[in-house]
Amino acid sequence: MAGFDKVVSSYEEAMAGLEDNMTVIAGGFGLCGIPENLISEIKRKGTKGLTVVSNNCGVDDFGLGILLPNRQIKKIIASYVGENAEFERQMMNGELEVELTPQGTLAEKMRAGGAGIPAFYTATGYGTPVAEGKEEREFDGRHYILEPAITGDFAIVKAWKADRYGNLVYRKTARNFNPMAATAGKITVVEVEEIVEPGELDPDQIHTPGIYVNRLILGTFEKRIEQRTVRSDS
Amino acid sequence: MALTREQLAQRVAQELQDGYYVNLGIGIPTLVANYVPKGMEVMLQSENGLLGMGQFPTEAELDADLINAGKQTVTMAKGASLFDSAESFAMIRGGHVDLTVLGAFEVDVNGNIASYMIPGKLIKGMGGAMDLVAGADNIIVTMTHASKHGVSKLLNKCTLPLTGKGCIKKVLTDLAFIEIKDGKFHLLERAPGVSVEEIISLTEGKLVVEGDIPEMTF
Repeated sequence: MAGFDKVVSSYEEAMAGLEDNMTVIAGGFGLCGIPENLISEIKRKGTKGLTVVSNNCGVDDFGLGILLPNRQIKKIIASYVGENAEFERQMMNGELEVELTPQGTLAEKMRAGGAGIPAFYTATGYGTPVAEGKEEREFDGRHYILEPAITGDFAIVKAWKADRYGNLVYRKTARNFNPMAATAGKITVVEVEEIVEPGELDPDQIHTPGIYVNRLILGTFEKRIEQRTVRSDS
Repeated sequence: MALTREQLAQRVAQELQDGYYVNLGIGIPTLVANYVPKGMEVMLQSENGLLGMGQFPTEAELDADLINAGKQTVTMAKGASLFDSAESFAMIRGGHVDLTVLGAFEVDVNGNIASYMIPGKLIKGMGGAMDLVAGADNIIVTMTHASKHGVSKLLNKCTLPLTGKGCIKKVLTDLAFIEIKDGKFHLLERAPGVSVEEIISLTEGKLVVEGDIPEMTF
């Protein structure tokens, strides 16, 4: 790496410095747009006691779910987690701490964390279990709760294309939480399907500017489909 | 007769208006997309980052990078746009979505809704539901009126953890179309062949019945 060149050549290098008990923010929605190889690298490293921030926790044998059998995740902050049996087992046994967070609040917590905003008021969750222990305040007759921002020691992100400077372009709904995750990591690691030279991406079309990106790696992806729904040709 | 899932979707579709941006929850609400009246344009918002959701793809169109909030593979309609999750919930929380349709376990006379958690049993999470009910003005809840054992789901006070407080004004059940205001349920329509008495008997919360209650038409 030199200057603004963020490209690293191995997954080991990409996740270097990840230690036990750190917080990792991951992009992705379901299995769509997840940094699948970076997750595999965390499994390979065997890092434990992690707090993981992600909308979902993968399925039993793919995505963040693969970190469960070796008990690498201590706590997960997510909006919807019901897609894996091992997850449910660990949660019911109290082996895994789960902080259920509304999806929009989760996105905003990452966005705020990356933007230097420590907390924000939202109506989402007012009067529900999510509001417990949080400051409440009224603005113009409506009730809001104060939600703290989230930052991570690491953010792991999947984008479609990047230039060597870490400018990123996402593809279709694989964008989801990735742009916010990218802003909220002390070290942001991105894996992509294609890396081009600086200047080759249209600056007007860049979704995440390279300033947020620390390490960039070229990967190959399975892109597993969670709910394959098709219509017949007619 | 209680409404079928398809009839529930059909009745909700009658509430659509030309030019509406609509978010449809998982399950029965999703079926509403099949009954958009001819000649009417609505755009479906999928909270994972798509406005202008199209139909399911053909085998040839299948794309792992293009899914809806139920994680199903979809296509994009003409004029669709793509965005990140923060932007998506800015639309929702900011009140820009014209109609939200979602399911529930329970609602009560004060417009509270419980839809995401049965303690000790089902704990999957609220997904986007808390943001949707907090951000939308125009929400239709679709649900069954009572459990299989005849226990009402339209209550004086929700018993399950809430998804949102005081945010529901319209409920379509398999038996009735109901408005919530002034701390009471108000019966607007009944399913074809279902008597007012039956609806009253299966509604725990205070139900106001004024005048003749029309049957739904399809």
